[in-house]
Amino acid sequence: MSKIIKTLVAGTALTAASATIASAEGVELEVTHWWTSGGEAAAVSKFADAWNATGNTWVDGAIAGSGGTARPIIISRILGGDPMAATQLNHGRQAQELIEAGLLLDLTDVAEAGGWSDIVNPSSLLGACTLDGRIYCVPVNIHSAQWIWLSHDAYKNAGLDVPTNWHEFVASSGDLKAAGTLPLAMGQQGWQQNIAFGAVTLAVAGLDAWTEVNVNKNADVARGPEYTAAFEAVAASRALAAESNVQDWNQATNMVITGKAGAQIMGDWAQGEFAVAKAVEGQDYSCLPGLGLNAVLDTGGDAFYFPVNDDPEITAAQKELAALLISPEVQVSFNLAKGSLPVRGDIDMSAANGCMQKGLGILAEGGVLPSGDISFSQDTTLQIEDLMAQFWSSDMSATDAQAAYAKLIEDAD
Amino acid sequence: MTVASDSPHRRTKRPNRLFKNWMAKVASLPMIMTALFVFVGGTAWTVTYSFTGSRMLPKTKWVGFDQYERLWETDRWIISIKNLAVYGGCSLVLTLVLGFSLAACLDRKIRFESAFRTIFLYPFALSFVVTGLVWQWILNPDFGLQSVVRGWGWESFTFNPLNDPETVIFGLLIAGLWQGTGLIMCIMLAGLRGIDEDIWKATRVDGIGTVKTYVVVIIPMMRPVFITALVLIASGIIKLYDLVVAQTGGGPGLSSEVPAKYVIEYMFRAQNLGQGFAASTMMLCSVVIILIPWAYLEFGGRKRG
Repeated sequence: MSKIIKTLVAGTALTAASATIASAEGVELEVTHWWTSGGEAAAVSKFADAWNATGNTWVDGAIAGSGGTARPIIISRILGGDPMAATQLNHGRQAQELIEAGLLLDLTDVAEAGGWSDIVNPSSLLGACTLDGRIYCVPVNIHSAQWIWLSHDAYKNAGLDVPTNWHEFVASSGDLKAAGTLPLAMGQQGWQQNIAFGAVTLAVAGLDAWTEVNVNKNADVARGPEYTAAFEAVAASRALAAESNVQDWNQATNMVITGKAGAQIMGDWAQGEFAVAKAVEGQDYSCLPGLGLNAVLDTGGDAFYFPVNDDPEITAAQKELAALLISPEVQVSFNLAKGSLPVRGDIDMSAANGCMQKGLGILAEGGVLPSGDISFSQDTTLQIEDLMAQFWSSDMSATDAQAAYAKLIEDAD
Repeated sequence: MTVASDSPHRRTKRPNRLFKNWMAKVASLPMIMTALFVFVGGTAWTVTYSFTGSRMLPKTKWVGFDQYERLWETDRWIISIKNLAVYGGCSLVLTLVLGFSLAACLDRKIRFESAFRTIFLYPFALSFVVTGLVWQWILNPDFGLQSVVRGWGWESFTFNPLNDPETVIFGLLIAGLWQGTGLIMCIMLAGLRGIDEDIWKATRVDGIGTVKTYVVVIIPMMRPVFITALVLIASGIIKLYDLVVAQTGGGPGLSSEVPAKYVIEYMFRAQNLGQGFAASTMMLCSVVIILIPWAYLEFGGRKRG
């Protein structure tokens, strides 16, 4: 009983407190996002602290579950006339229709005042926020998918050297298998298999063919010999991952951490799992961007969008928050906690670990590609993921899969 | 006789029939409105927009049957339909057989009947998400049933349905039966208790065996109970979704996908409302195709008789 009363009192006090803050000078902004794992929550608190330090209040609207769960909730709130003040989405085409419907705030003036076009690196990130010359979102980080994570333990047990690129990895897989280690850990979910497919394709088919298919949606190239080789390579890696029984990506990463599997192809967010397990880069595990062959990374990531609001006070605060999210100090603290790359090239990231440094080096050299979120609609992405799920978990031939893939590229929008 | 003498009296009142029991009718208006707007209106809206190229937002950009053509060309949808057919067929038969057998066993006046009843009904109190997760763990080869049996010394024992595309649907079926059989058993038991004791006495006098009595006499008498059970099972099959999400996530690959999951994922993850609407319209069609002839036989026939 007393507990309930305490809760009520605390609740009243909180409401009173927040009411005072709001009336004092600051503005309460509700921010929705799906950063709920340990490392992610630590990262988002950097944003919240920075915003609270300006005298305003960050009302955290974390939505548990992945983006697939959170996005429909976020979108239906915006459509339903109950918009939050700001929300995370992946930049690219997820919000295109909301922008077209006039539901998201135009940030062009903030961007011009902050000189975003000069500081955002790679500039394609800002392009992903732009529709008809107007800017609608603020990119906050870059995540890339073309990484392979190798377990030193697994290779030590098999008496092998740790591979330095994809070809060496494939060559070593027989010995690894003989030593009783699964060569490739693979979560049995379409999106993970699609990431592996993308990474292997980029390494085997080469950058030109990849760009032609993924950016220009050229179905003829997808039917061509480069992609035939790529599909055969993916079919071969399917055999390497044949006994991988895990579903979630972090379970697969865990197999690499514990040395049960030799490697995993996964985005740079896998680094967070290694960090939590206190594994040391170069000593317990290695990371190879672009599978060690093509030093290029795609530039997916997160961005914040600001739904249109009637209240001019909130609109002003939204623009203030947008400028804050991309400011140098916030970018450094957020991205160090998140393990992602910053969206601006002019800040000091020397505190970052080896894998992040590799990524930063590639960014600085301009080895960047648009991500799937940018070039394909969600519809096409899901269709490709479905195909990959089918291809990886059945004995579908490489030829059939290539034909089906080319058809999807032909119909892609 | 009474009907005949009443009828002239009724005929004079007929113009006022609409206002007969008007209080009750006014009271049920909100429900009628809800049914009309939400169910009928919502269904009509969905069917209409399945002929558009709506993406994230509903738009009236007509594309004819394009969404349906794409749907039936999609492997995932075909796999989903096949899975539902296998799951549905097995689930329907097994739930009825198991439910009735359990009920018949309990009906033999065994000891601790209520304890058994509670145990069998208990899984029904759990949500499908919990059921799915529990069975995902039980069927996990590394720390579930397989490893336990191997730990007992049977080293070659292999039971790993969830990671084999050929058998995953039966892994789902086990969980579905575990959850659903208890309720059907209770309904059947209630039906069995409604059978007059004299029937049993009569069959005993005629020297008919117990099993034969159940099959030939009791089951035909329980027709309404079976229909109730059938409707409950069938609706559970069509809306199969949460069990799959919790237990297999549709995997491995696409091998345990179901239609409801296709609808949800294409509507929200792929932001392609048109495609999701087309798929849900097909689900509605399948229900209607089964339901209308049945309703006609069941209710139309009775009225004529």
